[in-house]
Amino acid sequence: MSANTDSLHHSHDPGLKHQYEDMAQQSETYLVGMWTFLVSEVMFFGALFFIYTLYRWNYQQDFYIAHEHLDVRMGAFNTTVLLFSSFTMVMAVQAAQLKKRMNVMGYLAVTVLCALTFLVVKFFEYSSKFADHLYPGVNFNTDAVKAFGEHALENGHVAVNMNHAQLFYGLYFGMTGLHAVHIIVGIGILISLIRLWFNKADSVIHDYVPTELVGLYWHFVDLVWIFLFPLFYLMPKPH
Amino acid sequence: MSSPTTAKAGLPPEQHEEVSYLNDGHTIASWLLTGDHKRIAMLYLISTTFFFFLGSVAAGLVRFELTSPAGVVLESETYNKVFSSHGVIMVFLFLVVAIPAIFGNFFIPLMIGARDLAFPRLNLASWYMYMTGGILIMIGFIAGGVDTGWTFYTPYSSMYSNTQVSLVLVGVFIGGFSSITTGVNFIATIHKMRAPGMTWFRLPLFVWAMYSTSLLLILGTPVVAITLLLVVFERLFKLPIFSPELGGDPVLFQHLFWFYSHPAVYIMILPAFGIISELIANFSRKRIFGYHFVAFSSIAIAGLGFLVWGHHMFISSQAMYESVVFSLISFLVAVPSAIKIFNWTTTIYKGNVVMAAPMVYAVGFLLIFTVGGLTGLFLGSIGTDVHLTATYFVVAHFHYVMVGGTMLAFLGGLHYWWPKMTGRMYSEGIAIANGILMFVGFNLTFFPQFILGWLGMPRRYHYYYFAPEFQAYHIMSTLGASVLGLGFAMPAFYLTYSLFKGPKAPANPWNAHGLEWETASPPPTTNFLEIPIVLDEVYDFDPASEHEQDMADLEASENKSGDKH
Amino acid sequence: MQFFNFPLSPPSASNFSAEYDVLFYVLLGLTLFFTVIVSLAVLIFIFRYKKGTKVSRSRPIYENLFLELTWTIVPLVLGLIMFYFGTSLYVKMRTPPKDATEIYVIGKQWMWHVEHGNGVRENNTLHVPVGKPVKLTMISQDVLHAFYIPAFRVQEHVVPGRYTQLWFTATKAGEYHLFCNMYCGTQHSEMGGKVVAMEPKEFQEWLANGGQSVAPMTMAQAGAKTFNKVGCNSCHGSEDTLRAPSLYGIFGKRRVFSDGTSAVADDEYMRSSILRPYDHITSGYGQTMPVYEGQLTEEDVLNLTAYIKVLGTPAATVPTSNINRNSGVSAVSGNNNPTSLSTNALQYNTADPDASPTRRIGSPAVGAVAAEGKNR
Ligand code: HEA
Ligand code: HEA
Ligand code: HEC
Ligand code: CUA
Ligand SMILES: [Cu+2]
Repeated sequence: MSANTDSLHHSHDPGLKHQYEDMAQQSETYLVGMWTFLVSEVMFFGALFFIYTLYRWNYQQDFYIAHEHLDVRMGAFNTTVLLFSSFTMVMAVQAAQLKKRMNVMGYLAVTVLCALTFLVVKFFEYSSKFADHLYPGVNFNTDAVKAFGEHALENGHVAVNMNHAQLFYGLYFGMTGLHAVHIIVGIGILISLIRLWFNKADSVIHDYVPTELVGLYWHFVDLVWIFLFPLFYLMPKPH
Repeated sequence: MSSPTTAKAGLPPEQHEEVSYLNDGHTIASWLLTGDHKRIAMLYLISTTFFFFLGSVAAGLVRFELTSPAGVVLESETYNKVFSSHGVIMVFLFLVVAIPAIFGNFFIPLMIGARDLAFPRLNLASWYMYMTGGILIMIGFIAGGVDTGWTFYTPYSSMYSNTQVSLVLVGVFIGGFSSITTGVNFIATIHKMRAPGMTWFRLPLFVWAMYSTSLLLILGTPVVAITLLLVVFERLFKLPIFSPELGGDPVLFQHLFWFYSHPAVYIMILPAFGIISELIANFSRKRIFGYHFVAFSSIAIAGLGFLVWGHHMFISSQAMYESVVFSLISFLVAVPSAIKIFNWTTTIYKGNVVMAAPMVYAVGFLLIFTVGGLTGLFLGSIGTDVHLTATYFVVAHFHYVMVGGTMLAFLGGLHYWWPKMTGRMYSEGIAIANGILMFVGFNLTFFPQFILGWLGMPRRYHYYYFAPEFQAYHIMSTLGASVLGLGFAMPAFYLTYSLFKGPKAPANPWNAHGLEWETASPPPTTNFLEIPIVLDEVYDFDPASEHEQDMADLEASENKSGDKH
Repeated sequence: MQFFNFPLSPPSASNFSAEYDVLFYVLLGLTLFFTVIVSLAVLIFIFRYKKGTKVSRSRPIYENLFLELTWTIVPLVLGLIMFYFGTSLYVKMRTPPKDATEIYVIGKQWMWHVEHGNGVRENNTLHVPVGKPVKLTMISQDVLHAFYIPAFRVQEHVVPGRYTQLWFTATKAGEYHLFCNMYCGTQHSEMGGKVVAMEPKEFQEWLANGGQSVAPMTMAQAGAKTFNKVGCNSCHGSEDTLRAPSLYGIFGKRRVFSDGTSAVADDEYMRSSILRPYDHITSGYGQTMPVYEGQLTEEDVLNLTAYIKVLGTPAATVPTSNINRNSGVSAVSGNNNPTSLSTNALQYNTADPDASPTRRIGSPAVGAVAAEGKNR
């Protein structure tokens, strides 16, 4: 059923791993692998988005009032930062294709800086929530939420269900926290990619695909934020 | 098409002893840091076997305890921990992992003619994640155990149990990443690394099965991973997701859990289906009947398998119409399994059947899985499930499919590929006897449990002194488990024995077709010295001419003995 | 002898069981049919086509659309038929008739608390009339439980934070198993009891006086009545069981506790054992006895103690006025007013201390069940 020919030359491309026949196969395999992984990531966040949707649907008012305590400006700023980092990532990949090493490193460095900025802003956001006791648990600051509730809806007193408000903050910390973990992992990956370029490693300078893979991952992380931002920060007023 | 002159691709004349992957490095580090898919498969073989035996000891304790209506040696709390560890180990550390990580790892590259999996380092990392998860779970068991059952239902697991639930869940979570990375690796490999000429419809059915399993792994595992993590957060930080007291939905957990865990049962059975296809075709010496149907039914099971999770929740207070839809799809998902069963049966027809040990296990599989699958219909039909759910009927059902199904297929595959993996032959006679012993022991263990469940014996019960009428069946079941336990222990001995004393295996002891048999036993590190080119699908057997050959041989030998007279 | 006694089917005692059993046996037939077909075919083929047998192997087929369609469509159609009948039975199970008698069930780790409309309550036992539809409204006070009566073929989860329902009509008088069939923690397997199906007339009598025939009340008798009505008897019997110690003849004896200490069972001890049973746990038992603090009046406790004093003596069966006089407490009126007993389930719940670190106070909804029950 099979025959052996002196099949494949084994092009001795320095970036080629032993298990592959040629660069084309290697690149395609990398891409399939990355996309498969991203599909799996979509399911990972998907479960959380599902939970979010369910509870937001059920507890619209409470979620709306709870969300008033989030700082839209910080969120919007972070969105901009991440979008910009996506742009620099694209530029880095393009530079990699053109084999412009210095440019690649420059763009990647800017991307890392953006990611760090994002985290710093996130840190301030989180710590202000902690200072206000806006995290689920026995110390949950019900007064603050109540105050916001009165402030938010013209008809004055609204009964806010504090459990649901806690649920909101639980989801907020859970989902943005998981996203932040992805940013941190991304920073690690970006830095090691910069190191590879810096050291002129075979695996990156002869082949732009590894850089592109990091790009795919980074865009995915941005994309998640693009969903998180409106869902948590920009809720329309329920009636 | 098979030309007799086919070169044995990985077989450099007279020297395969030196280049075998087993001999390529003898230090411990050469194993623990290996990128070789075959060595990683062996690491998995050793570790999953270890966990399997741990889980079996727990099963033994469960059975022993249930011989008396008021228990024998254990406290209720201990009993609960024992059956929970049994379930957790068997599902998360053994059955979900075993066939993909051992045989999938070892044979996918060999079967499709590749030098390795796409991402060898990721593959090694997956083993480390698995071990980290496994060790955390073990620490959890030692530090106090977990008493939630393998299903971790909230709010018991998140708010009430004061056992090591968090630790064990983190272990399962980390182990889950090993599943995801394995799935990613397989999908990339199968898509892009097939040898020239190995088209999709020439792939061995085992590879098809592994492909559909990988789909389930990458789509399902992340969901359960995040769900279990949320339970941990709920325990540690009182994050109010599933707890009704904080506005959470107590049934939501079940939805998310079964969204993974129903597909997970197909993660357990599809690889087994793949093995069975290989065994039946090879030992019937016949092309598999309805190749396309068998291949696509795997994909159909994987797809439909994502739409039936609610059949575990018929009485959980989910809406009536949800139940109805889930029940309907449960009946639909049974059809592709039926297709497989009938195609295998028909494959044997007009074959030239060799009843070697792997085939004995395969036949056992066919008979037992049929019963196991059909009893799934009692549970899939909502009306009948209301009475049977969470009784021993369910316990019997899933042991029929998981032990009588997947475990027998696993053992069949282990016997089939043992010569290839280790380069040694085991004793055929003992292996066949053991297969029959297991078949008998298995049915004696689990058939009485169907009756128990029908009579209303609830599962996860330590005591039943208020219903002594159940005892007779429990005793039967325990007797059977002793036989079955022997059946599981024996291979550990005779296979290990073969490693040292068994005769050397030839490259192709079964006269099988398929690329994995065209390289040496055990294969060299690079699998194939040269990548083969594939000209036809693997199942090009010809039972009729083999039979003629047999007859001619027979005649010749009869003539010989006739001459003597 | 038990070992040679193999029951083959559960008792069939509700309106659903006949239809259920037909479905079950049809499925069983289907299973047998396919198992026999597949097994026979496999076995015949492997023996007939065993290597070396002299049978024709010529013209083998490898693909046949007609066969494939047959074994796709036949299981599909059979499956759909089973689906139809299974679902229609289920729909019946989920639509209780309007005139069903309502009974309320509260599950908690690890007991069932049942309340009848007129305020009669029982633990781990459910009395129902034969021939009348009964609808159970159920809620859990802590984790998931499941209310399961095999003989009736009905089962439903009992969920914290939401009501679930179950209905049936018992068709045969008798006592049947009641199980908790959703894993709920350490004593899950003991969270059960029995369902007593009674002829309607007997049931009415039972309901009218909590199951006891009316008799002149001594204090011990009143205690006995409370003992039965509150449900002490569902756990405490004439002998020690795994569920609870016997109370026969314990008065005045030295009791040993699980922490190794001991005490003589005097009046004070009785009082605390009933109201706050977890102050001392009798050796060999766990925290299963409900906390009756806030539930029982002092009067009840005295009556109960009086009853426990005579338990195990011949007087227990026919309490005499003598006992009454010697008890040193003025006789209690015979009209034991049900409302002087436990007031409502909310109290019952909140009285439950956080005995284990994870145990929690029940949700307020439980009170609503009880309140509704009382109004009837
Ligand atoms: C390997 C694992 C495996 C497999 C393959 C299956 C296969 C199936 N299972 Fe099973 N199941 C489990 C493992 C598995 N199950 C486990 C572990 C549990 C319990 C989990 C827990 O609670 O702990 C469970 C529980 C379970 C339940 C929930 C029971 C309950 O808790 O109330 C249900 C309900 O629908 C169900 C149904 C099915 C069905 C319809 C199939 C089908 O896929 C079967 C299809 C196969 C056939 C039907 C046989 C071959 C067909 C023929 C011979 C032709 C004739 C066919 C027809 C007429 C249709 N299973
Ligand atoms: C791969 C999966 C797998 C496998 C292989 C098995 C194998 C076995 N299982 Fe398992 N089982 C599950 C998966 C599996 N099980 C799952 C998922 C559950 C649900 C858990 C839950 O409810 O959460 C379960 C639950 C379960 C129960 C129900 C417990 C309960 O609800 O209370 C029982 C009871 O009989 C049982 C028995 C057995 C037996 C006898 C075997 C046999 O096949 C094993 C044969 C081996 C032996 C018998 C070992 C011999 C052991 C010794 C010689 C040492 C004995 C030591 C002493 C007696 C001290 N299993
Ligand atoms: C759900 C089961 C259950 C019910 C109902 C129950 N008990 Fe108990 N009871 C127990 C258990 C278990 C113990 C032993 C553990 C303990 O001391 O708490 C016990 C202990 C006792 C003791 C102490 C006995 C000893 O050995 O020292 C007394 C007295 C007692 N119960 C009285 C009552 C009375 C009176 C009632 C009804 C008002 C009642 N019990 C209802 C389960 C129950
Ligand atoms: Cu309550 Cu199980
Ligand atoms: Cu399922």
